[in-house]
Amino acid sequence: MLRENWNDAGPGFHPVSSSDYLPAAQLRDLQLRRLKSIVGRAYAHVPLFRERMDARGLTPASIESLADLGRLPFTVKADLRDTYPFGLFASPMSEIVRLHASSGTTGKPIVVAYTAEDIQVWSSVMLRTFAAAGISRGDIVQNAFGYGLFTGGLGAHYGLEAIGATVVPVSGGNTDRQVMLLRDFRVNAICATPSYFLHLIERAAELGIDLRDLPLRAGVFGAEPWTPEMRQRIEADAGIKAFDIYGLSEIIGPGVASECSAQSGLHVFEDHFYPEIIDPETGAVLPDGEEGELVLTTLSKRAMPMIRYRTRDITRLVAEPCACGRTLRRMERVGRRSDDMMIIHGINVFPSQIEAALLAVEGALPHYRIVLRREHGLDQMHVEIEVSPEFFSDRIGAMEELRRRIAHSIHNVTGLNVAVRLAEPHSLPRSEGKAKRVWDERQDSQ
Amino acid sequence: MKISQLSTFIENRSGRLRAACEALAASGINIHTLCLADSRDFGILRLIVADPLAGKAALEAAGYVAQLTDVLAVEVADSAGGLARVLATTDEAGLDIEYMYAFSTAPGQQAVVIIRFSDPDRALAELQRRGLNVVEPVKLLQG
Ligand SMILES: [Zn+2]
Repeated sequence: MLRENWNDAGPGFHPVSSSDYLPAAQLRDLQLRRLKSIVGRAYAHVPLFRERMDARGLTPASIESLADLGRLPFTVKADLRDTYPFGLFASPMSEIVRLHASSGTTGKPIVVAYTAEDIQVWSSVMLRTFAAAGISRGDIVQNAFGYGLFTGGLGAHYGLEAIGATVVPVSGGNTDRQVMLLRDFRVNAICATPSYFLHLIERAAELGIDLRDLPLRAGVFGAEPWTPEMRQRIEADAGIKAFDIYGLSEIIGPGVASECSAQSGLHVFEDHFYPEIIDPETGAVLPDGEEGELVLTTLSKRAMPMIRYRTRDITRLVAEPCACGRTLRRMERVGRRSDDMMIIHGINVFPSQIEAALLAVEGALPHYRIVLRREHGLDQMHVEIEVSPEFFSDRIGAMEELRRRIAHSIHNVTGLNVAVRLAEPHSLPRSEGKAKRVWDERQDSQ
Repeated sequence: MKISQLSTFIENRSGRLRAACEALAASGINIHTLCLADSRDFGILRLIVADPLAGKAALEAAGYVAQLTDVLAVEVADSAGGLARVLATTDEAGLDIEYMYAFSTAPGQQAVVIIRFSDPDRALAELQRRGLNVVEPVKLLQG
């Protein structure tokens, strides 16, 4: 069973859930103690943090309250790249038991490290994640998050073992085998990226398997932003309850926040990860309830403390009590990242808006992609959509009308005139991990 | 009798039409006639084949989206004004035509057009009542 060494919340705790239900005053007190300690650790062992604090005349002693956190400088993704590979580590390699790294689509990957204690904390927050999704000992759980350098697979794996569930470590890809295992092992729950699971539902249908007929009852989905409509479709088409989880490798991997049975926002495991919301333009800290960029500080990470890390994810914090009784603040589902924002003719557009427009027309999300091109010196957004059987007609006029309605719907939502192209099924590129929705070809097509 | 027409969505990219035909050929589906309607960047291929259900399955297995719709094969007198008389009849009957194309026939055989009506059932009844010869699938597809 789990040993939560980090739980210094006082006597009488239950290892699974105590930290989820701490009275607010006790939680704030715990956070402040941990914050002082982590800032001290970062200052002592990581040159980048020490130099930046020195430059502002700050020392660990400057942290006297949680509000003082706002005085510390931000950390950004570029800092991880600039110190590649090990520059932000606060522990000697002899204490580091695991490295993970991002796939590194642009430039160098970012590398993250864990001590044995870090792995234990990670397992404990993932255990709490699965507990919140109603998964327990006796459940068979198919883990379709990628195993390897990506944190998703192993992060979920350790949490599932900690809770005592039976893990099927299938990793991502090989969809036909995934469908077979779901059916043959009588799997109760699955972990996957939402876009991959939609692909899996599609493939299962092609193989003549209706997921609603299987014992599968819950899905734990993360690693990419998704829309409420995608959730509705997953829940309806697979006959499961779909839980949203949130995390990022820079902080720990999955396990930063997760949904409970109320499915109304994600409880941040703020005894380990302190959340702030800032105005992404000015950096000013915003009060609970206001929308802005999520900034996270690790409160107990040893190998790689992260102070005020800018996630680029846009959300808001909800302090109101949750129906489930957890006292942890919730963050709203992340629908968009400030990174995903496209600027077309000076208009800010997010892929989630395109999805909403497609859903408004088709009632379900088709496979699609967004391509940005520069044509005659002007940016043009192309939306390519695979024709599904429900929307195929043998009449050209009906297909042109479908295209016109989609373009009109996108215009309604974004104010943009986009070029809509209808594509054959399975003709658009698919990713088995994180869904890539936007292809920006503006650099290639001057 | 109505005829089941197979249709599929084809992108305007080289090789796509050919790949669809090859998928049918690989399943031994003989194409009796076809019509490709196209717009700027896609086309709709409509086919009269010996076994429409097997044809649909073959196209879907090859990744195409396919559909079966009811059409009528109407005999047309092979002389001046033959088609005009058929259209005059459909007009009189108030039948909406979505599209039509010629069925390929050998020289000396009766000419036939494939017509996709908005309401094929009503069209069948009206045309027969008005004395037009609606060709049976068996007869159309023999040989
Ligand atoms: Zn809750």
